[in-house]
Amino acid sequence: MTARVGVVLFPGSNCEHDVVEAVEALGGEATIVWHGAPALPGIDAVVLPGGFAHGDYLRPGAVARFSPVMAAVGDFAAGGGPVVGICNGFQVLTEAGLLPGALQKNSGLKFLCTMVSVRVESTNSVLTSAAESGQVLRIPINHFEGNYTCPADTLAELRDQDRVVLRYVDNPNGSTDSIAGVCNEGRNVVGLMPHPERASDALLGSEDGQVLLRSLLAHVPALR
Amino acid sequence: MSIFPVLVEVRLRPGIADPEGATVERALPTLGFAGVHGVRMGKAIRFEVEAASEDDARRTAEELCLRLLTNPVIEDAVIEVSPPPGDAR
Repeated sequence: MTARVGVVLFPGSNCEHDVVEAVEALGGEATIVWHGAPALPGIDAVVLPGGFAHGDYLRPGAVARFSPVMAAVGDFAAGGGPVVGICNGFQVLTEAGLLPGALQKNSGLKFLCTMVSVRVESTNSVLTSAAESGQVLRIPINHFEGNYTCPADTLAELRDQDRVVLRYVDNPNGSTDSIAGVCNEGRNVVGLMPHPERASDALLGSEDGQVLLRSLLAHVPALR
Repeated sequence: MSIFPVLVEVRLRPGIADPEGATVERALPTLGFAGVHGVRMGKAIRFEVEAASEDDARRTAEELCLRLLTNPVIEDAVIEVSPPPGDAR
């Protein structure tokens, strides 16, 4: 059975179709889920895509966490369901308390839209299980608020529990400990600033994002 | 019930890097402002709370700050509750 990925569309999301395309190209099924949906019927995995949910007003993700679908996403995550937040989706997950830390303005105060290299630090997550530890992936970033920050005790916990899943090879935005992606304690909720869906075809300049999305798709039957 | 004007100042918590504040501070000497330090950027948010007392209004504002107006990981808030307009105190 193919994995059915629900891609949440908030008002202001703008990467949902890219995620759908990339998932379908890898043989998965993808369906767009409106943010007002009260439930996630028949969904095997959830992706919160990039964009500017609710205009990013107040703070990125601050209003999106109160969208009706987020209660269902929280329940789904609590039940072990795979949830991935890409870029703005990562910001939403931190605001919703599903991932630790916060994403601040980039240290250089520039909006960064560029290809970066990230290193797979842990293969023990729903997004990195098909990758190799230490593997370097070329994946684009596209953000103003991607500077990952967290209290010192949280950082120690993330390191001790092997929960930093991706690090920048050259830290582009001032992120604490060069963190590009983290997972929750259950390792089924992952947030990352780079856009794997934009590195899912040679025509886009890199196919390196495929291994991450393939991990997500492969992980679903394992859960059943 | 009365209407209490509230002013919330959202600030980055001490120790959290503030690239915006640092940029403003660096620009000051070139504009001729010497000796200005410690620039920190924040947000000011005004609203009105309908409540039975000033304490109730403050409690509502505090909860609102915790749940929505601040991200407690990086921000805190200073809350100022004013007496209802026209209140002769």
